[in-house]
Amino acid sequence: MQHDTLEALAARVPDGAMMALPPDNSLSPAAFARALVRRGVRGLRLLGVPVSGYATDLLIGAGCVASVQTSAVTLGEAGTAPRFVAALAAGSIEVIDATCPAIHTMLQAAEKGVPFMPLRGVIGSDLVTHRPDWKVIDNPFAVGDPILLLPALSPDIAAFHAACADRDGNVYVGRRRELATIAHASKSCLVTVERIVDGNLLEDERLAPGTINGLYVNAIAVAARGAWPIGLLDEYAIDAAHFAEYAKMARTEDGFRAYLDRYVLSPAAVAAE
Amino acid sequence: MITPQERLIGAIARLIVDPSAPPARHIAVGAASPIPAAACWLVKKLGHDVRLSLLHRPSGNPFTEGTRELFDLTGQGRIDLFFLGGGQIDGHANINLLGTGDWPGTTARFPGSFGSAFMYMMTPRTILFREEHSARVLVPKVDMISAPGISAPGVFRRGTAQALVTGRCVFSFDGAGFSLASTHPGETPDSIRAATGFSYAEAGTPPTTPDPTEAELALLRGPVCDEMLATYPDFCRRVWRRPVSDSPNRSAA
Repeated sequence: MQHDTLEALAARVPDGAMMALPPDNSLSPAAFARALVRRGVRGLRLLGVPVSGYATDLLIGAGCVASVQTSAVTLGEAGTAPRFVAALAAGSIEVIDATCPAIHTMLQAAEKGVPFMPLRGVIGSDLVTHRPDWKVIDNPFAVGDPILLLPALSPDIAAFHAACADRDGNVYVGRRRELATIAHASKSCLVTVERIVDGNLLEDERLAPGTINGLYVNAIAVAARGAWPIGLLDEYAIDAAHFAEYAKMARTEDGFRAYLDRYVLSPAAVAAE
Repeated sequence: MITPQERLIGAIARLIVDPSAPPARHIAVGAASPIPAAACWLVKKLGHDVRLSLLHRPSGNPFTEGTRELFDLTGQGRIDLFFLGGGQIDGHANINLLGTGDWPGTTARFPGSFGSAFMYMMTPRTILFREEHSARVLVPKVDMISAPGISAPGVFRRGTAQALVTGRCVFSFDGAGFSLASTHPGETPDSIRAATGFSYAEAGTPPTTPDPTEAELALLRGPVCDEMLATYPDFCRRVWRRPVSDSPNRSAA
């Protein structure tokens, strides 16, 4: 598989695409999100699998996002996601609320190629009222047992940052095997990695269970420390000071613009990636 | 000197081991929950046979399929106890993690429902925890329901709230409404009533929430803090004045 530059990988995302992103504790592609801001993508329909964090808040603040379907948007210990909250208040994005296992289940239905899957719970939550695409039916195998049905959901693009890939396009995600479901369910998969390794990851019995088959992967770019300021597996920890700085700067539109200038758009920031 | 956080941890630990509640063999703790996490560690360090699955440990996460595995486990009934909070909580133990005003939170927006709409119904018991105890949070009726405390007849659910622990008191929940179980030191039934927006039952003068014992305090300040340092360094520094550099598990990065 040919490897893209980070900017070339970002150029593969068309305006208006539905793009699935993992949360901040699970291989979030932060450098890729910054490249998407530089590329000036518009109208993204983001899917948080199952919740959203820094990358989503950044893309919303930069005006790249039309809608976000998610179970929560949070900067974790750094608190509220300020650009998400501001965009919701301003009415500049559509927010489609879900609950974590519903998002997993919709992707699992797509992964299996079935039109819908049931999920327990949720009935009685106002989420059901506000999701016309979710339906409550009577369990056909029992009497008097209402159950929620969720439609299969197949994002246009899955994007995440992994530890490494081999030259066959196989991608190592370690214990974060829920990423495989996102890759399986999506129409295409764009991945950034810390490094390219020799050999074939699927030939190694110890690494194969934590590896996503290159069959699902459309393009890869190397982005060293590409999860920063988020941590990556056992390779590096979250940069909590930077998260706090982002949370503070992004409280205002002007502060967010200054953040973009310093950490996303400046030649020094680009060179660092 | 016992800190307020230590008292809350002790109160939650007593609820966890309450013999009248369904057994807690496997407890899961979500993100940003240092006080519930510490209560679980205290129960374990007291020698109770419990399995803890702490979702947001930076290393040694127990799951190999992320939170999806947590929800699958819970769907099967393999998680006995979970913790939830709420931007608003009402007298029917409904929780609102979405926001206030019109859908989806036009007045104030909270983060979102997370897995609450599933976990609350599929776990045999839930301990609700919210440190802020005010009429703003404990409301007569939540503006929107992320997860219901009570379900219509025939709707499958394994359990609901066991109790609500706040910075001022412990309420128990009987499946229909709350009752005042104990007040923390410095609070009175009057002060609780003044700070609570929903109505609840009161039977006589409730006891004061007991302090942790000397043995519990020693565990909290030693081995429990050790377990918590890597995930909650700020909390450990604030409550136990433990410098971050003492962390035994912190990654080298």
